[in-house]
Amino acid sequence: MSSTTRFTPLSRILHWLMAIMVIAMLFIGIGMVSSVADYHWLLSVHRPLGISILVLVAIRLINRLVHRPPPLPRDMPAWQRAAGEGSHILLYILLFLIPLVGWGMLSAGDYPIQLYGALHLPHILPHSAPLYSVLRRTHTVLAFILFATFIVHFSAALMHALVYRDGVFQSMAP
Amino acid sequence: MPTTNDHDPRSHDYSLSRHDDRTLVRLGVIGLVVLCVIALFAWAAGYLSPGRLTPARFTEAFRQVNGFHSGFRRNHAKGVCVSGYFDSNGQGMTLSRAGVFRPGETPVFGRFSLPGGNPYVADTPKTVRGMALNFSLADGEVWRTAMVDIAVFAVRTPREFLEQLLASRADPRTGKPDPTRLAAFLDKYPEVARALHVIAAHPFSSGFANATYNGLDAFRFTNAAGDSHAVRWSFVPEDAFAPDSPTAAQRQDRNYLFDALIARAKLGAIRWHLILTVASQGDPTNDATLPWPANSARVDAGTLVLNSVQDEADGRCRDVNFDPLILPAGIAPSDDPMLSARSAVYSRDFTLREGEAKRPSAVQFAAVR
Repeated sequence: MSSTTRFTPLSRILHWLMAIMVIAMLFIGIGMVSSVADYHWLLSVHRPLGISILVLVAIRLINRLVHRPPPLPRDMPAWQRAAGEGSHILLYILLFLIPLVGWGMLSAGDYPIQLYGALHLPHILPHSAPLYSVLRRTHTVLAFILFATFIVHFSAALMHALVYRDGVFQSMAP
Repeated sequence: MPTTNDHDPRSHDYSLSRHDDRTLVRLGVIGLVVLCVIALFAWAAGYLSPGRLTPARFTEAFRQVNGFHSGFRRNHAKGVCVSGYFDSNGQGMTLSRAGVFRPGETPVFGRFSLPGGNPYVADTPKTVRGMALNFSLADGEVWRTAMVDIAVFAVRTPREFLEQLLASRADPRTGKPDPTRLAAFLDKYPEVARALHVIAAHPFSSGFANATYNGLDAFRFTNAAGDSHAVRWSFVPEDAFAPDSPTAAQRQDRNYLFDALIARAKLGAIRWHLILTVASQGDPTNDATLPWPANSARVDAGTLVLNSVQDEADGRCRDVNFDPLILPAGIAPSDDPMLSARSAVYSRDFTLREGEAKRPSAVQFAAVR
């Protein structure tokens, strides 16, 4: 396969690294709020992992703007191109928004934003009960939208890999 | 792996018009894999395990027992805010590298409270008193602790806590807890009966200002040299202990404990000593119902000085979660199962009440500063 039909190695590394992190994050998030025994250690991973995702998605957006992705197959139907493009834009938006909302909600709730040991982040919003409440709910709603978008993305990837076999999956394969 | 030619416009069956068996099998496999991922997510969320102890079950149990009180804490609903500082003498550094133990002052705010979810409950001599504190460390770290003035915790595990809470629910016919249900609970958990015995051996003090507040759960302290010890902490008052025996006038005052605190604050700062009790080999760290030996090593780490009292709407404490696992580096959780559970349930409670309409506290007064 020629190099022009695949994403660059850096793009592929970022994609798969973030795939593992984001999927882990979705399961950690939903798991910790429904557990008393595992809540603390899951939350201790959740915060630094979320901030890492925020940093990586910023690097990834710059990388995406610098390196154009390989072209899609010419015979791919327009609705599939639009669905792919739209879901990718949505994923970028969510990967920025969810950690920022999490950071903002902890700020508004007057929580310290602990990462590891004494390492912590500053507050990005003022202490406010209604603001905390809205952002806390938004964090959950956006996470469910992210999970749904991930399921669509994952299903589409499997369709390209196993059914269409059109090289689209191969372009991002590890 | 062979790949199709990306430049052949005829080679991809995007409309799935061929319907051959291999395509159908592959579609089936994809469907199955995707469903498995969704099922795994549902399992992580607890949707497939209705018996799981979730934070929501605790907040729901509090609502069942106490009713719904918009904007108030599900537990320790009645309270006032306080503020002041912690004056460290440096002795705590032998146990922990946390900045709060370096010599000097750390700003503190906190909250005195009564347990239970009824924000309008009357103060009584038999009521446990609570003190929650927030230490704002110089480097931006935060230490929060929520303590009560009993010698040991009544329950060992989150499940015991939930069962005790539900067993203490008032019987709708009598308006009081059903004694047979409480007795059955104590039969099932003898460690709770033992803990209640230890608690009953210590009479309550006459006010908030002369009570000893205990963190109860053990924590892991690590000093600058990397040495680690299990520690329980207490705030021991400078005001002399006197047993609680309210006067006739006080018995008419539903807020007599809070009113006495406000009156005491007008006389000047109220002080406690932070006493760190160090575990010896074999002292339990995962069971807050068991006291540690009376001859345990103790370190007086400094003085808590509270010089201001405010009602909840004015103060800093109402919209703060006194989560016992908000800890600076140098203090870490022990293996006590109550810690993660308290953190989880406090967080759920905080999220619920911060979205509800706030009502004034039962204790209304002009701030003492």
